[in-house]
Amino acid sequence: MDWSLFFGELVSGLTLGSIYALIALGYTMVYGILKLLNFAHGDVYMIGAFVAFFVLQWLGGPLSPAVTGWFAVAIMFAVAMLACGGLGVAIERFAYRPLRSAPRIAPLISALGVSIFLQNSALLLWGPQFRDYDTFDLIGVKTYNIGQNFFISNVQILTIAASVALMVVLVLVVSRTRTGKAMRATSFDREAAEMMGISVDRVISFTFFIGSALAAAGGVMFGIVFGQIFSLMGFTAGLKGFTAAVVGGIGSIPGAMLGGFLIGLTEAFATGYLPGGSTYANLYVFALLITIFLIRPTGLLGSPVIRKV
Amino acid sequence: MPDGQLGAGLPEGAPEVPDAVDRPRVGTDEWVAQHEERREVGRGLTGLVARGWERIPPPGRLALLLGPFAIFPFITNEGNLYRYGLITLIYAVLALGLNIVVGFAGLLDLGYIAFFGFGAYLYGIMASGHSGHHLQAEIAVPIVVVSTALLGLLLGLVSWRLLGDYLAIVTLFFLQAFVIFVNNANGGLNDFSYPFVGKVDLTGGANGLDRIDPLNFFGFKITTTKGYYFYTLIALAVLMTMLFFVNLSRTGRAWRALREDPLAAAAMSTPVNRLKLLAFMFGAAIAGFTGTIFGAVQSGAFPGDYDVGLLITIYAIVILGGLGSIGGVVIGALIVNGAPELLRSSANARFLFYGVLVLALLIGMKPWYRAVVALVGTTAFGFAIHAIVGAVWSRGTAGHIQGGGAFGRALDHWVLLPTHADRIAGWAYFALIVAALVLTLVRGWWRVVVMIPTLYLAAFVWENKLVEQVSGATRLILLGALLVVIMNVRPSGIFGTARVEVV
Repeated sequence: MDWSLFFGELVSGLTLGSIYALIALGYTMVYGILKLLNFAHGDVYMIGAFVAFFVLQWLGGPLSPAVTGWFAVAIMFAVAMLACGGLGVAIERFAYRPLRSAPRIAPLISALGVSIFLQNSALLLWGPQFRDYDTFDLIGVKTYNIGQNFFISNVQILTIAASVALMVVLVLVVSRTRTGKAMRATSFDREAAEMMGISVDRVISFTFFIGSALAAAGGVMFGIVFGQIFSLMGFTAGLKGFTAAVVGGIGSIPGAMLGGFLIGLTEAFATGYLPGGSTYANLYVFALLITIFLIRPTGLLGSPVIRKV
Repeated sequence: MPDGQLGAGLPEGAPEVPDAVDRPRVGTDEWVAQHEERREVGRGLTGLVARGWERIPPPGRLALLLGPFAIFPFITNEGNLYRYGLITLIYAVLALGLNIVVGFAGLLDLGYIAFFGFGAYLYGIMASGHSGHHLQAEIAVPIVVVSTALLGLLLGLVSWRLLGDYLAIVTLFFLQAFVIFVNNANGGLNDFSYPFVGKVDLTGGANGLDRIDPLNFFGFKITTTKGYYFYTLIALAVLMTMLFFVNLSRTGRAWRALREDPLAAAAMSTPVNRLKLLAFMFGAAIAGFTGTIFGAVQSGAFPGDYDVGLLITIYAIVILGGLGSIGGVVIGALIVNGAPELLRSSANARFLFYGVLVLALLIGMKPWYRAVVALVGTTAFGFAIHAIVGAVWSRGTAGHIQGGGAFGRALDHWVLLPTHADRIAGWAYFALIVAALVLTLVRGWWRVVVMIPTLYLAAFVWENKLVEQVSGATRLILLGALLVVIMNVRPSGIFGTARVEVV
């Protein structure tokens, strides 16, 4: 067995997986609280990547940034996360909140509308062409050889480490802070939480803010790892993040992370090892989704649903 | 949802008189049977039209809806017949199938277009110069319909254990998988090698499956657009009649029960999963059938035709027409297909845009004098801005509208048309979205005040940006916004029945 190839696929799977996991967290948190599949989430991720790109342009472009490369990257992350957090809050306020007591299918269709609206607005304003992050010039990509032909680059390490760090922060926020407690209470029973004096609207806005900011971080990471972004990248990535959330058990935060890494690894190993993998990697991910659904309909870490009448 | 629709028309103490029927029949209930009578019918002109429509017997309604379609081919040319007529009909049939899944059974099927594509491709594989087989349509079409239904059954079987929402992701991914598959299954280097047969060119890959045979029933070949038009029209009429009766049947009622509340339906011993599967299969079969028409009309099946854009178009039709409304899909298809087709020429598009804007303002803004103030205000505002900007920044008014006659020349003096407006228009688009959102937050005269710059911004963005990509991104932007707005303002669509909510 070619362990060098194996290691390469492992690393690229983990890199992809950490991006998917960041997207999946937004889906899973929103679903946990609103029981809504937020189709627009993938497009928020795309817009995050574009905001960071324009910040980079504003800083003077990748070839001659006004500040050092790593600092520029930090600014890109911060601005994109803040902007997309705001976008997420606005989407919730205007497209979902008025429909909170409507039949289940209404907010879903509204979400579909928002997704198409955002995607095509991006297409209208920024065109279908690729935009270059030029990561090589910006931060100088280095590839390290650990062991025998086991290659890993500093960008890959950064991506995996940064997303794990963000996930740790998220888990701490949800489990240790008052707001996190309010989120858990709202997700458990919205009406009861409201009766206990929790401002449900604010909790939901906060959830959308965090989820969208994480998606934006994922978008910027995609740009840095692959060097290029385009206005239609949100659809497929959103679908994968979505799948990751469902595979891990929607509503469960550790589940979303596990699902994200699982999807990323599946995609990478399918590309490397399975017949027709380079073209049909997504088909194998779909097969994984179906298989997990057949074995465990609530996802890997999802709890069985108890429905109240 | 507006307050007026909640529990509207519910007679006082309705649940207390359940035994009004002498002889109880299975599947019938007084309260359910009176469902139609409890519907809210609006006052004024719309209410009058709605009541008049109700009074026409169903065959009359069908004739009224489809009659104009039967005349259309005799008053137009081939090209228009294809673009306005045939495509509208094909969309209507597709929307009818989707209406069963979404409107009757309440399942969010986002892979619906994959069944449509599957129908076209399967027909192409059985009857085309590309594949080398030439089956007669009377054999091929039933095979396609049955196989698509089976495919729907298969996908449904995978999903029926899942909660309702998960169906959306499985089907959306299914559509994506379908597109990837047909894009690559050309027996090329990266394709699968199938057991027993090895590599096969199934779909022609990105180039599409070409040279599909025209539909050939017992030797009668349909070759003209007119022929396909009438074939589709008859299919639509038959399907609408069929659905009308299905809707009245026990199955139809059970589907509606399922849509309103699956849990309650299950408690009433409705076989929820079987009904879901049935709806799913029904919808898939109709999509597959429509696919054979579309494949034959285009004499080819191309991967780009079966994507999310079409899915959104069909959804917009169903939502606009009203979930669960059979006649609504025809109107919805007319609006959704007709409007963008008219938009193809920018002069028509301009009239349509301003027309819809003014109309929406006059209908949506109450009382009427506020709308008039907003209109007059916007006109004055525009001329004022134009004069001011023209004085300080000459580039701002340097552009000109191409064509458009007197109306276009008048607009030249009203809307700002800077040269190289790309960047400004981008920011203006952003500002327009913000202004439109603010508009939903303010009330009374403030709304008029915000409305004036919003309308002007809309005109500015339209002339400088949106008009460039009328048949591409702009169309989908408008459809996406339409879905959100309709869901927020009138969830039942134009022809849908307002729901009776029992709290």
